Amino acid sequence: MAGISNKDRMKIPRQIMPEQNPDLRRTNFKEVNLGFTEELAKLEALRCLQCPKPVCIDGCPVGVKINDFVKLVSEGDYAGAAAKIKEDNMLPAICGRVCPQEEQCEAKCVVGKKGESIAVGRLERFVADYEREHIGLSKPNVKDKTGKKVAVIGSGPAGLSCAGDLIQMGHDVTVFEALHELGGVLIYGIPEFRLPKEIVRVEIESLKDLGVEFKTNAVIGFTDTVDELMQNGYDAVFIAVGAGLPHFMNIEGENLNGVYSSNEFLTRVNLMKAYKFPEYDTPVFNCKDKNIAVFGGGNTAMDAVRTSKRLGAKNAYIIYRRSDIEMPARKEEIHHAKDEGIEFILLSNPKRFIGDENGWLKGVELIKMELGEPDASGRRKPLPIEGSNYILDIDMAIIAIGNGSNPIIQKTTADLAFNKWGNIVVNEETMATSKPGVFAGGDIVTGGATVILAMGAGRTAAKAINNYLVS
Amino acid sequence: MYKIVEAEFIAPNVKRFVIEASKIALKRKAGQFVIVRIKEEGERIPLTIADSDNSNGTITLIVQGIGKTTKELNEHQTGDYIIDVVGPLGKPSHIENFGTAISIGGGVGTAIAYPTAVALKQAGNYTIAITGGRSKEFVILENELRNVCDEVYPTTDDGSYGFHGFVTQKLKEIIDSGKKIDFVLAIGPIPMMKAVAETTRPYGIKTVVSLNPIMVDGTGMCGGCRATVDGKTVFVCVDGPEFDAHQVDFETLTRRNLAYREMENLSLHDYKCNLEREIEKAAEVK
Repeated sequence: MAGISNKDRMKIPRQIMPEQNPDLRRTNFKEVNLGFTEELAKLEALRCLQCPKPVCIDGCPVGVKINDFVKLVSEGDYAGAAAKIKEDNMLPAICGRVCPQEEQCEAKCVVGKKGESIAVGRLERFVADYEREHIGLSKPNVKDKTGKKVAVIGSGPAGLSCAGDLIQMGHDVTVFEALHELGGVLIYGIPEFRLPKEIVRVEIESLKDLGVEFKTNAVIGFTDTVDELMQNGYDAVFIAVGAGLPHFMNIEGENLNGVYSSNEFLTRVNLMKAYKFPEYDTPVFNCKDKNIAVFGGGNTAMDAVRTSKRLGAKNAYIIYRRSDIEMPARKEEIHHAKDEGIEFILLSNPKRFIGDENGWLKGVELIKMELGEPDASGRRKPLPIEGSNYILDIDMAIIAIGNGSNPIIQKTTADLAFNKWGNIVVNEETMATSKPGVFAGGDIVTGGATVILAMGAGRTAAKAINNYLVS
Repeated sequence: MYKIVEAEFIAPNVKRFVIEASKIALKRKAGQFVIVRIKEEGERIPLTIADSDNSNGTITLIVQGIGKTTKELNEHQTGDYIIDVVGPLGKPSHIENFGTAISIGGGVGTAIAYPTAVALKQAGNYTIAITGGRSKEFVILENELRNVCDEVYPTTDDGSYGFHGFVTQKLKEIIDSGKKIDFVLAIGPIPMMKAVAETTRPYGIKTVVSLNPIMVDGTGMCGGCRATVDGKTVFVCVDGPEFDAHQVDFETLTRRNLAYREMENLSLHDYKCNLEREIEKAAEVK
């Protein structure tokens, strides 16, 4: 195989991810993507040209040595490939599933300039799954103990990646989590069908094996303040609490019964397992045979609408004020949603929610939009078309238009600088905040973003915290 | 795991729990609450902290068995464990020396009004407590209130004890007696809090209520507890739980609290049936 020419490599088509049949999967919560077989993975890996200047790496927020690990896959050395990825990314089973590779590594891929890029994400996922299922997770080396203690606030992607790096650097690490279960948005937000919770649990267990201590039911700000953590022997603190304050649209009828934030809907279903009600005590509004509208065009909106379909929705709509080109959700998620029968109502914006005599949602007034000139975000600004209002009958609405910043840390930490949106201000190279010894990263700094960006911030912070502690 | 070190019924269906939670005991201030989950399949419910003991590292919760979770919690005995207790959450009560303050508790709401009454007294207020119940056995914490407050008025709807009538009637009587009232705190069922708000409104007396919406995380993340106050949406868990009674939209709160009624009834029904089956099984074994 080593002798295969680049021309022959280019002839191999991009391998297709096996998926659960749409008609079947919209009735269950099992993972949609089934993962590459060894055969598919090797074929896909052979497509890589092994460029002397692997630009794909530039597209990766954490700099995974993509060309090296892909080569190891093509040679069948999956353990080697896993070790190679883990030099830069502690959570490949998660990133292989939820990273927007098409905008990152795969967007840079040279093969992709002429044809379809290498399926880096699918290969990463294959390697991580293979290691977990057939080899067992390798235990990275941990340096001698430094005697320094770091508190990590939040057990989502930023917190976990920071904790993983710091423990390997020899520091003692305690992760504080507000909820009763670890994993943050990976657990309460992203549904099982996109990221099986078992994978998150295995990753967390491996951090525990390395010596990371986890404390649940710890709302920093209330249970302990940041200052108290510093006074109680922590030499540095990493704040990775996520965004965690859902935006609403501030339109009439938003507090009617039947209107959820996507956070609440997904938390009820994912974290509290409301889909198993009454075996589990937390209920969620009955979706069966209902008309359900999700407002927004991001990945969370796709997660919510596809969840509602699985809970039995008759008609499940995405309602988005721009066109599908501007949708921030991953192409794969949009495609999966469409395959599952989700209806997209584009260029439409809600004006008000309409309730029945008992205060339950029964409809939404929409206005059609058209795209004008590009706005500050570079996307064409949606403008209402006067007089185009119409009413859509819906039984449930889920608002998935993003998150503001949770106020708890801000209100309880005096000398920490925040911007006007409530995001913590950091030095972008070190993630250091205005408060000595306190670092921050992830959505509380950037506003709602991706898992991999949060993980990247966690790693950057770990390096800076290490420098701070040893200097 | 959080150990229950004391559990006793203090009124029909109302149980007092003393729970080991040293950190919360140390931190909590009047008006704050915890979120409790009693088992792996359990839901997260908010309960206001009634009291705490720093030397023993315990907090006190007073729970009225209404739905499945509170009824199941009230089956717990001394020595049992609760898997999750998180807090203290929410903003503490705003306490200052107003002058003369009246703290009103309706039913189990007295448990929530009590710590704030203590704090009001400590801040120098002349503190009057009104504690109402349907009948004598539902009047709780009277002795505790008497130890703290300058005046205490138990009221019962049926006249079986104390003042015969609603807490609002007693409140109006005190106001109309000519005493200058500077602050009123009312905690209890929504109709009672609304009635108190309407009683004090014409007098322009500053009145605060503690809202009890349905919550999930209790930290601002889900927005499920949103309420309408002064025409604006608030998240009760992080913006409250206490708000100006004259600004609260009680209709929306009532409606949102009933949103899961059908499912709650189903859940409670299943729970009762299971309990009965277990009792029958136990009887057969005997």
